[in-house]
Amino acid sequence: MTEMSPLHFKENAIRALGDAELQRALGNMRQGFIEKRTKAAERLPEFDALRDKAKEIKDHVLAHLDLYLEAFEKNCVAGGGTVHWAKDSAQARDIVLNICRLVGAETVTKGKSMVGEEIEINPFLEANGIRPIETDLGEYIIQLRNEPPSHLIAPAIHVNKEQIADAFRQHHRDLSPERPLTDRAALLNEARRALRERFLEADVGITGANFLIAETGSTVIVTNEGNGDLTQTLPRIHIVLASIEKVVPNFDDAATLIRVLARSATGQEMSVYTTVSTGRKRPGDLDGPEQFHVVLIDNGRSKLIGTEFQEVLRCIRCGACLNHCPVYGSVGGHAYGSVYPGPIGKVLTPALQGLENARDLPNASTFCGRCEEVCPMRIPLPKMMRHWREQEYAKRMVAPRVRWALRLWALAARLPSLYHFGARLAAWWLYRRGKKGRGRLAKVPYGEGWTRFRDFPAPLGKTFQSQWRGPRRHRRPSP
Amino acid sequence: MSPRPQNPSVGLFATCLVDLFRPSVGFAAAKLLEDVGCRVALPRGQTCCGQPAYNSGDKANAKRLARRTIAAFRHFDYVVVPSGSCGGMIKTHYPEALADDRKWLPRARAFAEKTYELVSFLHDVMGVRDVKARFEGIAAYHDSCSSLREMGVRVQPRALLASVTGLGLRELPGRDACCGFGGTFCVKYPEISNHMVADKCREIAESGADTVLSGDMGCLMNIAGKLLREGRAIRAYHVAEVLAGVEAAPIGQVKPEAEEATA
Repeated sequence: MTEMSPLHFKENAIRALGDAELQRALGNMRQGFIEKRTKAAERLPEFDALRDKAKEIKDHVLAHLDLYLEAFEKNCVAGGGTVHWAKDSAQARDIVLNICRLVGAETVTKGKSMVGEEIEINPFLEANGIRPIETDLGEYIIQLRNEPPSHLIAPAIHVNKEQIADAFRQHHRDLSPERPLTDRAALLNEARRALRERFLEADVGITGANFLIAETGSTVIVTNEGNGDLTQTLPRIHIVLASIEKVVPNFDDAATLIRVLARSATGQEMSVYTTVSTGRKRPGDLDGPEQFHVVLIDNGRSKLIGTEFQEVLRCIRCGACLNHCPVYGSVGGHAYGSVYPGPIGKVLTPALQGLENARDLPNASTFCGRCEEVCPMRIPLPKMMRHWREQEYAKRMVAPRVRWALRLWALAARLPSLYHFGARLAAWWLYRRGKKGRGRLAKVPYGEGWTRFRDFPAPLGKTFQSQWRGPRRHRRPSP
Repeated sequence: MSPRPQNPSVGLFATCLVDLFRPSVGFAAAKLLEDVGCRVALPRGQTCCGQPAYNSGDKANAKRLARRTIAAFRHFDYVVVPSGSCGGMIKTHYPEALADDRKWLPRARAFAEKTYELVSFLHDVMGVRDVKARFEGIAAYHDSCSSLREMGVRVQPRALLASVTGLGLRELPGRDACCGFGGTFCVKYPEISNHMVADKCREIAESGADTVLSGDMGCLMNIAGKLLREGRAIRAYHVAEVLAGVEAAPIGQVKPEAEEATA
């Protein structure tokens, strides 16, 4: 079983690499998402200009976050909503529980919410006798399997059809065990039927928010299944969980972000449903909730304002960085042991959980830069991972052996004569050892990580520097 | 395009990996540069660009090495690097690392301006469109991430390789994907690195190529090492070696006659 902590990244990754089913799922996922995004970007000539504009909007908001949050609160309250401020996960959970208790809620339906995962609302509600039901198909599947999501927008990407059928047979006990569950339509229909009943019996609906509109006090979600609409319109109470950086000034700004969001995420021009909620049901309204609560969650984000990590708060959770990351593509989402996997998680998780609890994450990157290349919000993810490495080094969290090796090497690199002497020595020594190996080594000191999987190309005996400066610069490559 | 510079002085930043493992790349680079009239020199003061320190979080040493490198190459019109990785360190990360150093930041920026990856320098600055070289084989060109994303290298090596007599080129479907080298990443996370390089090698083999070329020794040692371990008969060369027509055994191998001698 995968340990849900970033501290176990290495073991989790190794296990994931050996999981044939997971590898198959990841292979399919990668190509699909990458092709779809590429095509969507190509179809929109101004895509890159839109990205610049989207970045600008969020940068502006982050520079005036207090102002926009207060405006949001004022306008949300004016529309009959209630705004709650939660400093951390515990406060957010208590706020939700209190609302549920005040209305005597037994069942809660939930739209997909990453911040809901972050504050671990489901286990908390369950422990307090309230039954949360995930209504996004992927989330529903992983809830039945008792797993966390493995992707920001495709939470059950790691699960195959057969595993879904197994989960359904185990949990939908009222149906015939003999029923065929081989095709996608059958699975979908069964989930839909099961969820319809839950939608109708829920007392409270919880959703996330892709955007908070300061000007009107509205919240916006984008979904592809319509489950969000049923979650928030059928029950008497609607609770929105939103982290504070979700606020934007107005609908025009949200529209710009929506245009880059779906294209980056799934390659769609827009998600199927874009749903706006403004306040509670007014006299004369045909439907809508009697109470509309918005829980604004900080949970460590405001601490990032003004630091080298501020830009990570531009993230709109599209998942493009995951889809294009070679490390995520190799090990999948669960290996990261945190709610936010992939490159965004490598930057965000140490910020939310502390660097000491997530040390591997910013290190497990080749800095290939593909995440930054596709990020619609142009977040410099590799640069921020490097900032975490700098903190790790400065706080002496790096193993002494590594520190000393780095120091010695850097000292030599500052003394060219010593450096070139060392290089000549190494070239000669490795060449001698490589001679029997016909130009390659099967083992090198301290190189076990390399040679376990690869041969090590041996040097050719003399360094370039020494040959260049050799007897009258003969300028011939060594044999 | 700006006019082609006449006999510019070029400081060759040979890189640690070329210096230690593959001198023929350094000679190939010098030949390619001299063939188009560059005056090439190899300043004694050069060591490492500092990238290992920078990416390991040791910013103080990275800055020291950046200042050293800038000083060692200050007299040249251009600095040319047979690597997108070390080149990217200089071009992108020196100004970033020295951002809070009022004295050195302008120098770092000027230095970044005159620093180029080898093949893009030949193509974009010196206007080279063909080379007089011969190489029998079918090659897949591997884009190193830093060449691609930090140095703007994509069309240039393909354009010049197209002029090599006897050489056919194949594109890899995952040509935007990292090979899994990543500096210390490949020894810190060997299993993940191995997964990535195994994917890359499979793609190279499936492309029908008998040779893999790249502009970065890090990627090449990783890919060549994996190809050798898997026993695949695919040769690995630095792109400069093929463009310069340098005769050398493939990376990680010895010439057939030498092999017979040791066998």
